[in-house]
Amino acid sequence: MTRKRRRLWLLLLCGLGLGSATALTLTAFQDNLVFFRSPSDIAREIPPAGRAFRLGGLVEPGSVAKATGPDGKPEARFRVTDGPNAIPVTYAGVLPDLFREGQGVVTLGKLGPDGVFRASEVLARHDETYMPPEVADALKRSGHWNPAQGAPPPAATWNTLDPARPPTPGRSGS
Amino acid sequence: METADTRPLGPPLAGPAPAPRAGGSLHRFANPGRFLRLAAKVQPWLTGAALLVLAIGLPWALVFSPPDWQQGETVRILYIHVPMAWLAMGGYAGLAIGSAMALIWRHPLADLACRELSPVGALVTALCLATGSLWGKPMWGTWWVWDARLTSVLVLFFLWLGHAALVRAFDDAERGARMGAILALIGAVNLPVVKFSVDWWNTLHQPASVTRINAPGLHVDILYPLLVCALGFTLAFAALVLARTRAAVMERRIRALQLAAARRAEAA
Repeated sequence: MTRKRRRLWLLLLCGLGLGSATALTLTAFQDNLVFFRSPSDIAREIPPAGRAFRLGGLVEPGSVAKATGPDGKPEARFRVTDGPNAIPVTYAGVLPDLFREGQGVVTLGKLGPDGVFRASEVLARHDETYMPPEVADALKRSGHWNPAQGAPPPAATWNTLDPARPPTPGRSGS
Repeated sequence: METADTRPLGPPLAGPAPAPRAGGSLHRFANPGRFLRLAAKVQPWLTGAALLVLAIGLPWALVFSPPDWQQGETVRILYIHVPMAWLAMGGYAGLAIGSAMALIWRHPLADLACRELSPVGALVTALCLATGSLWGKPMWGTWWVWDARLTSVLVLFFLWLGHAALVRAFDDAERGARMGAILALIGAVNLPVVKFSVDWWNTLHQPASVTRINAPGLHVDILYPLLVCALGFTLAFAALVLARTRAAVMERRIRALQLAAARRAEAA
């Protein structure tokens, strides 16, 4: 009995030590563990010139301008915003399918001296909401949500919404 | 078939050849005998329930549930990916608990269960990574990024593989089980990192949808089939691990019987 008790305490102590060591290490490497920096992070601390980093945020509504470059490659200009701050981005290449105004994106590139971020890669970021097209349409129609303006309204207001209810009640037995 | 297996394990081992460790192994095998009898009763129900729930959940999720408004049909990957991710983490929590029990109370069944759990855990984690990658290419625009969530799940996969390999790497099974248990417990610090990586650091991976503090970020037409699939896969996971553990206990028992018979033959 006492040996079991001793092993239990030993294990708990080891767990405590290991846990705090991990927590300290992760806190120390906090800056390196973030996948991207927000425009506000950049405004607070401008990264050294010529160093590549990832910039993430929402595509600012109304900021997207698409063109075809001299070499025939598609080019896009848009602004990445996190609310208080925004950074203009240029990107030559094919944008992911989910790219749209109001969508989260993560771009990899360098900040030029003119304050324009030249991206070599643009990834779309999906948020944590999932809804059928009919529900999204109903929200848009009723004016509760404009996807170009950012995230959908609080999930509690729509996650049990039955888009087919007004015309035909009870659209499925589930 | 079961009747032969469900006889008490004691007599054949207790009878002859009280070798130095026979007393210990008799004690060790007392509980597995009870486990075998109980597991033989549970197994068909567990397997049947898993098949039934998956037979409802998978067609519902993969065929009859609606597409997502912007992901389209790609959202169906979620119904496999999310249950696999939950099982990868929940299974590892089980591995850690079993390992702690094995280390503290020297519970012989815990050793065996952990040994049989890790290949299944590695499988679901591999499926989680593969389906996630298949979703990431069309949605994010990349198969893989080294963000905190994806990297920590890859570490989880290596922990599963490492555990499966380590417990089998020793001639002395008990020693292997102890080493594996220590590895499993050390690796348990990765679990909160996997879970909270999307909250602690910004990642490309989206934050949790189902277990949000406020309402789940999924419409019920997507949430319900997901939960049914998760239940079905969890039952299937449990059925698989139980079947493997039963087989392992029986294997041990056969080896012990053969050993006893050999000793008897030697003594005669």
